Amino acid sequence: MSKEMLLEVKNITKQFPGTKALDNVQLNVKKGEVHALCGENGAGKSTLMNIIGGMYAPTSGELKFEGKKIAPRTPGESQKIGIGFVHQELSLCPHLTAAENIYIGRLPHNRGNINFSQLWKDADEVLKRFGANFSSKELVSKLTVSEQQLVEIAKSVSLDCKLLILDEPTSSLTDKETNKLFEVVKSLKSEGISVLFISHRMPEIFAICDRVTVFKDGAYVNTMEIANINADDIIRAMVGRELGKLYPPKSTCIDKKESIVKVRNLTGKIFKDINFDLYKGEILGFAGLVGAGRTEIMTALCGIDNKQSGDIWLKGKKQNFKRYGDAVEQGVCYLTEDRKKEGLFLEMSIKSNMTSANLKAVSKNIWLQEKLEKKLADNYVKQLSIKVAGIEYPIKSLSGGNQQKCLLGKWLSINPQLIIMDEPTRGIDVGAKAEIHNLLRRLANEGVGVIIVSSELPEIIGVSDRVIVVHEGSLAGELSNPETITEENIMKLASGESLSEEKK
Amino acid sequence: MKKNNNMKKTNIFSKFLAQRETSVFLIILVSVIVVQLIQPKFLNISNLKSIAISVSTDGLLAIALCLALILGGIELSVGGVAAMTCVLTGYLCLSGINIWVSSIIALACGVLVGLFNGLMISKVGLPPFIVTLGMMNLSRGIAYILTKGSPLSLSGYLPESFRFLATGRVFGVPMIFIIFVIVAFIAHLFLTKSNVCRNIFYVGSNEEAAKHSAINVDRVKIGVYITIAILSTLSGILSLGRFNVATPELSVGAETTAISAAVIGGTSFTGGVGSILGTVLGIILLKVVNSSLVMLDVSVYWQNFVQGAILILAVTMDYVTHRDTGKQGFLKSLLGSKKQ
Repeated sequence: MSKEMLLEVKNITKQFPGTKALDNVQLNVKKGEVHALCGENGAGKSTLMNIIGGMYAPTSGELKFEGKKIAPRTPGESQKIGIGFVHQELSLCPHLTAAENIYIGRLPHNRGNINFSQLWKDADEVLKRFGANFSSKELVSKLTVSEQQLVEIAKSVSLDCKLLILDEPTSSLTDKETNKLFEVVKSLKSEGISVLFISHRMPEIFAICDRVTVFKDGAYVNTMEIANINADDIIRAMVGRELGKLYPPKSTCIDKKESIVKVRNLTGKIFKDINFDLYKGEILGFAGLVGAGRTEIMTALCGIDNKQSGDIWLKGKKQNFKRYGDAVEQGVCYLTEDRKKEGLFLEMSIKSNMTSANLKAVSKNIWLQEKLEKKLADNYVKQLSIKVAGIEYPIKSLSGGNQQKCLLGKWLSINPQLIIMDEPTRGIDVGAKAEIHNLLRRLANEGVGVIIVSSELPEIIGVSDRVIVVHEGSLAGELSNPETITEENIMKLASGESLSEEKK
Repeated sequence: MKKNNNMKKTNIFSKFLAQRETSVFLIILVSVIVVQLIQPKFLNISNLKSIAISVSTDGLLAIALCLALILGGIELSVGGVAAMTCVLTGYLCLSGINIWVSSIIALACGVLVGLFNGLMISKVGLPPFIVTLGMMNLSRGIAYILTKGSPLSLSGYLPESFRFLATGRVFGVPMIFIIFVIVAFIAHLFLTKSNVCRNIFYVGSNEEAAKHSAINVDRVKIGVYITIAILSTLSGILSLGRFNVATPELSVGAETTAISAAVIGGTSFTGGVGSILGTVLGIILLKVVNSSLVMLDVSVYWQNFVQGAILILAVTMDYVTHRDTGKQGFLKSLLGSKKQ
């Protein structure tokens, strides 16, 4: 049994002050298999990865690698053993070339002089193995995210790793890039390298993984052969209950006569001539490849970034938002795709985060009223059933889903007319995802305009009543008939192809 | 039930102890007691007064730095601006302009400096370190140009009413210290209770998120740098009254003392965290230590050394007790974080 096992995690427990992050978990990765590790946020996946990667020491339990007991104490030690780790947030030196990053700390040299020709040759060879179409002399800052990821993988592989850990590797990739990554994973597998694949996304797990292990709340649930199960089995194991319908029902109350937003000829730096309407009662989805200009259209619409030209009407009234504050005053708000960087005041309290867009509502003259602040925060914590230990705790102590709900509460407090959510459920676990989708549907039914921007096609298709696809800064098409809102059609439009006759 | 009550008590107590202000206060208390035991002359009225006076002018600059750090910026020109406005007021006064009018003109210049810093940092987008480093030399340069390098004596030119602000006593308390306490109190009140100042924390904590919360980031920054310049000017004008001399050498190196005080008081260098109370305690600690060194007959040349040591010690303690990694640091276990 243990002969064919590459990595064995036995009864690992990790105790942090106050919480037990892992409780007696196990995980076995066979040689040459692609093994998925699933679980909601906070299930203990990253803690276990950090233990395997040498960042943390376990409180109890043991790790075995190729049958031998190991206890890596630093990332370097685990690397030496043969464990490669590609983090979700890439850790490369942007001002160095790809080759220098791959061989960082072990550049080929003659008596201290770097042998560059050797370096380029070696690095190009490694990159070519994964079908890279860029030179190893390229600066990392000039590469796309997926190319950078390839550099990370090449770095691990060139270190002769036997196990490669990919932590949510597809979270910032387009579908095309994801497919490319899968090719890389398959070629690794054919070379006998095992891959431990951490992901939320069911289609990906079913596309490339052999087995799946599920954690829930720091405990091991089970390990299953992918061939024998379907997505519902995994989801059930992850949430420990049946999910009702994955997405809320579509709208039945769209009023085409009442427009909430009308946008005409909106033009900005990387998009031009954007025209669309949002009607009362509907959720409008914006799809397209990463970098197509979806986010930029939305930030220009709200006045966060400057538009070059174009007109915007809100409920029939023409608007001229000079800055974001003007838009917020009219009840237009935008929830960013990058919560950590642009959404949260991480060190500050949940309460302060929730009042940050609407200090006027909790003040008398210029003086903040603590009672009103508490009331506002408590109100939305209750209304959105946000799980908090207390509203005075820093918001960074919450899970992604609860953070997102706090941000929603923050914007609900301005009584919005239009909510624009960019990647509404990125990095959020399945349970909270459904809650946010349901909430958006409820808002739309109450007459609030809702626009979502998402790279997750199932989400766009499941949540929106109508989908607009953006391609390289222009509208590529609109899908308004439920039958035509399909992954194929969206992908076709997003990659610049046109649809055959039944376009509506 | 009883046990629960006990738990709550210890919680409040440990929370009280965990406050940075408390620990700085305790350190001040301990040092005063120790010095007093060695040198009984330490706690006499005139020594306390001189500590209070030196706390006042540098304290105004420390409050200014506290604001800059909370905003996520830095301000190196406080000492230079103090010297510039001090010299300018004296210069104008010597050329026959009423001292109050001179002060107002100096204040206007101070505001202009703050506006310039703020605009360069927000609208142009230069790093605050560079802008204020330039302004530090620029403003002190003006002070040197106006005085041609030698201090201007104003004895006989300053009316009593003006000098009273800096050297007067109210019930034995130095007037300058009263002014400082009032300014500190107002700053504390605004920083903790007003919505305009809450925005400083938001911008300092995460500028992008502030922008995405419809906060006018540029306006907040400009406002803070103007306020800082006003505090520096106040410090400069009070110093003029205190010394009766307009010297271009005023407050040389004061920015470093001010930064130390703010940081010792718990103000974060990465923005978003800080308090006026902590900063005030920080400057008091530094001045008490300076005075102790004098009282204990230690050469004044040790003052810089000790100030530096206190700063590094304070920041190290803070880092060691507050960082949260999975690993139990040696010092952390030594300091006993026995939470469950």
